[in-house]
Amino acid sequence: MSQEREMITGIDVPIYLQYKFTAGTAPARFLSQVKKGVLTGQRCPGCGNVYCPPRGSCAACGLPTEEEVVLSDKATVQSFTIVAIPIPNNPIQPPYIIANLVPDGSNLSFIHLMSECVNEEVHIGQRVQALWKSEEEWDYAMDNIRYFKPIDEADVPVERIGHMPVTGWED
Amino acid sequence: MPPPEVLSQAFELGFTYTRSTGPVVGRFLTELRDRKIVGIQGSDGRVIVPPMEYDPVTAEELSEFVEVGQQGEIVSFAWVKEPRDAHPFDQPFAWAMIKLDGADVAMIHCVSAAAESDITTGARVQAVWAEQTVGFITDIRCFELV
Repeated sequence: MSQEREMITGIDVPIYLQYKFTAGTAPARFLSQVKKGVLTGQRCPGCGNVYCPPRGSCAACGLPTEEEVVLSDKATVQSFTIVAIPIPNNPIQPPYIIANLVPDGSNLSFIHLMSECVNEEVHIGQRVQALWKSEEEWDYAMDNIRYFKPIDEADVPVERIGHMPVTGWED
Repeated sequence: MPPPEVLSQAFELGFTYTRSTGPVVGRFLTELRDRKIVGIQGSDGRVIVPPMEYDPVTAEELSEFVEVGQQGEIVSFAWVKEPRDAHPFDQPFAWAMIKLDGADVAMIHCVSAAAESDITTGARVQAVWAEQTVGFITDIRCFELV
């Protein structure tokens, strides 16, 4: 064995998986609306739940969800986590908040970033609103919304999270 | 609702793994860097290539490294008609189980050949080294028919 060079003790074995992702009917419709700066969901004709982002069917009833519903860009924090560990290739520097947010008018949450907030003060039931990129930058992408930031509205009680009308607290 | 556009885009998911080799695979890779192929002797006298850390029969730790030949014979093979991006060749080639001279088990590697019909089980092959060796399995660029 060679004495002048060091023994191999570790190797790099990266794996890169290349996909072609096709959105499908309901997510494509959703993204077309997001490109216009509008959040939409789809309502189940059986249970009445509104899904955002829509998948085209109701997971509970198994029925197709064809009715499009325009939602608010105000939302309620359903749950959240403070990310403390950096993720390779992710430009966002920790600590930051990833939250399950239920937009007004929807019954189910999606995941997005929270910012302009004091991390330690973020809480379930907190009211937030989307901060959109400038209109010229809108694309078929959820990051048309840079993040959600807290707004000065009363917290939503836990039992009402996921049951707010599209008008929010204003009804 | 009007029918939506079909939205589709490329998406890459990457896992930047690094692995510790341990002393046995580390020795194998270090020897490859020096253009040598080593196996390890098991309790039943068999020479196992690539070397393994523990005896397949007794589970005892193994340490008896044995250099094996750079020629061997094809035990079985699969011809790849349409290589993919991650494959070692752009043109058709074979993955093969190769029993090196002095070894008692076959090792998988690639065989470069002009046509599928050139390759048979039992065919003799010879290791071809990369121009620069770094201590990785690809230091053996491929095997070629003798």
